[in-house]
Amino acid sequence: MTATSANPSMVETPGVAWRKQIRFALIGALSSVFIALAGMPVGLDGRSIIQPVLSMGFLSLLWVPFVMATLAGSEVVLEGMTARTRDSRDLLAGGIIGLGSAGGLVLLMVLIQNFNLRDPLVNWSPQLLNLLSFNRSLGVGALLWLLLGLILGVLGAAMHVLPKKLCSRIRTVVLSVLAVSVLETFLTDLLEGFGLEALTDFVYYKRGGLEVGGALLVAALALIIPLLVGTRIKDVKEQVVGLPAEERKRVNLILLAVSAALLLVLPFFLGKIANELLANVGLFVLLALGLNVVVGLAGILDLGYVAFFAVGGYTTAVLTSPNSPGFSPELPWPIALIVVVVITGIVGLFIGAPVIRMRGDYLAIVTLGFGEIIRLLFLSDWLSGWFGGAQGITNIPGVEVGIGTVKGTDPRSVFLLVLVFCAIAIYVSWRLENSRLGRAWMAIREDEDVAEAMGVNTTNTKLMAFVVGAVLASFSGAIFSAKVGSIFPTSFLMLVSIIILVVVIVGGMGNIAGVIVGALVLIGVLGGPKQPGLLQEFSQFKLLIYGALLVWMMLKRPEGLVPNVRRTRELHQEEFLQDAWLKGEIDTDDQEDLQ
Amino acid sequence: MNEPAVPLLEFRGVNTHYGAVHILKDVDLEIFPGELVCLLGGNASGKSTTLKTLLGMVTPTTGEVVLDGEVVTHQSTSYRVERGVTMVPENRRLFKRLSVRENLELGAYLRTDRDGITNDLERIFELFPRVKERINQKSGTLSGGEQQMVAMGRALMSNPRVLLMDEPSMGLAPALVQANFELIQQIHEEGVAIFVVEQNANMALSIADRGWVLQTGRVVLDDSAEALLANPDLRASYLGEAG
Repeated sequence: MTATSANPSMVETPGVAWRKQIRFALIGALSSVFIALAGMPVGLDGRSIIQPVLSMGFLSLLWVPFVMATLAGSEVVLEGMTARTRDSRDLLAGGIIGLGSAGGLVLLMVLIQNFNLRDPLVNWSPQLLNLLSFNRSLGVGALLWLLLGLILGVLGAAMHVLPKKLCSRIRTVVLSVLAVSVLETFLTDLLEGFGLEALTDFVYYKRGGLEVGGALLVAALALIIPLLVGTRIKDVKEQVVGLPAEERKRVNLILLAVSAALLLVLPFFLGKIANELLANVGLFVLLALGLNVVVGLAGILDLGYVAFFAVGGYTTAVLTSPNSPGFSPELPWPIALIVVVVITGIVGLFIGAPVIRMRGDYLAIVTLGFGEIIRLLFLSDWLSGWFGGAQGITNIPGVEVGIGTVKGTDPRSVFLLVLVFCAIAIYVSWRLENSRLGRAWMAIREDEDVAEAMGVNTTNTKLMAFVVGAVLASFSGAIFSAKVGSIFPTSFLMLVSIIILVVVIVGGMGNIAGVIVGALVLIGVLGGPKQPGLLQEFSQFKLLIYGALLVWMMLKRPEGLVPNVRRTRELHQEEFLQDAWLKGEIDTDDQEDLQ
Repeated sequence: MNEPAVPLLEFRGVNTHYGAVHILKDVDLEIFPGELVCLLGGNASGKSTTLKTLLGMVTPTTGEVVLDGEVVTHQSTSYRVERGVTMVPENRRLFKRLSVRENLELGAYLRTDRDGITNDLERIFELFPRVKERINQKSGTLSGGEQQMVAMGRALMSNPRVLLMDEPSMGLAPALVQANFELIQQIHEEGVAIFVVEQNANMALSIADRGWVLQTGRVVLDDSAEALLANPDLRASYLGEAG
């Protein structure tokens, strides 16, 4: 069938679904009130995006009407139907959603002024009221919010009405401005390394945030650069894809070499903060790659992964620190590392042996328990003669390499060291994924009984996953130890396990690139359990955002930020397939199959 | 029938327990090379346990499992798979999120002879041309009939001497069941011994040489397929005919 929009037989999707719009208006109102009462507008007001026009605090509320209107406006075009032409009624719907979201805030403002609910709601404060009413009277504030909501809602809905190309332009501009603002610390650091302070002075306000002029410059660049580059990148890409396999492989190798070289050179242009940040990201990349083997490939949901990080860290501390209370051989780090890998591997075997007998929920709970047990052992008085209990182990020396020492006071060296280990971990993960062992892991993830019936030794194979995961975590622990210089049980809370798991899930399970992107986004931008990210002001809302992101990902993008080709196929086809299966369309309609 | 003296796979007085519950009671079975035999029984009669014990996923409390003259009672599943025992599990149970090719390769997991694997892959393509068309597709997206072919192909990839089939007619449309049993016969003709475990007694007996009937863990009937089909008790209890 040739599908053209002029085809009269095609059914047009019905008009605006008003019920849905009203629902989104209510969701918008609730979200705005929730965000306000969670303290985000006040807490994030200190960080400005564009000085003095827009702060992160206001942004935390302003995105609501826009995004809600966009979401409410998106429609699934069913097969055999044509998308309807959008008109002014869609804009009206967006406006209503915007007004609804703003209405929630206005209601909140009125309530704050007239009632005092500060006791249960900490953020029910005059400060919030002042912020919401733009330091003016309640009436003016309310009017301004309604107006803003209306405009943003209409804009949000307009994303479906305006031509696609224009929309994507607008998106690029807005996202670039936001990105440049969020990456401020990193970019100033980098530009300083190149001696371009003048540029950063122009773009950024002294105490954080973009200058208005800077924001305009970024916006202009975001507009012009795509115009200049045009389709050139796409053309080159297509050319490469069109090359014969061998040459394509060579091009890929060259690309890999160039990016590796850039990464190696990068730290020398970065200042302390940026290097520190990237070193933290690297430590979590190592951890997440290890957990990815366990969870993503072998399908063993390990919630106590921090245990191996702790064992790696503590073993390094005991072996290298002169202050180690029980046993202090003061080995050099590289030699200690060998012992650390062996010991963590053995611990992986010991924890893994009882754990892998269980399945599903039970396994997850048991691993959670082991994670805590290990931490409590390090904390206990019983073993404090070895590990120092709550006092931990201090004075851990850095890593002596030929040219210098890698230690926490020199984040650049730490980043370089982490980079080396990340490269090793990535290579190992990549090789494993395509190996016989990797195949066996995937079979176990899919169906353990059948894998066993195919001759896979499930016990040993699962244990191998545990050990490989443990060893990768121990690398991270060993570097962490040398970087921080001291080690305490409080560094290994259960939260760390959860955050590593979130990194893996958000990035894309079973996918190396995804794990790296996940770590960059979550640890780099939002920050790790104790390590600040680019958005330091977010630290008190970090877990809230982690949680929201996780829920959203599970609902909308279960394959992660960087989907594995295979997994995308799986997750989205499964939905259709399940439906078909339920209706009996698959099993009964294929009698011709066997002929 | 001129059966060779040594059975390929054998149960000698096997008893199994799950906890305190006695499942299989003094079961004796023997499968000779190239035979097509079936084990019939209703729900909870011990059919699946029999298969699991044959494959080594359940260890008998007393009695022996003998593979080609060698006692393998305490050997692992992989040991037995390596020596030519394979199972096509109930409901096909493919590795749904892996491609058809990966499924087939996993069937040959324990093999190291690359040439042999390639040959067997070709053999399976000949047997099921449909599988070749779908080779790079995710196996969970195949239709029921295609999945059945992949499941059999996957089992054949281990180059088995005896193929254990757990309820091959389970969950398939009636027309597919018929076709499926034709496939089983086709594989059988290539010289692979087949042990079918079925509730659908009629269908199984129509292709089998011999059969056993299992009732609450005990073998109650052991006869040729024709005799079993004619047996009034069996007709009453399994073939759905009253009295």
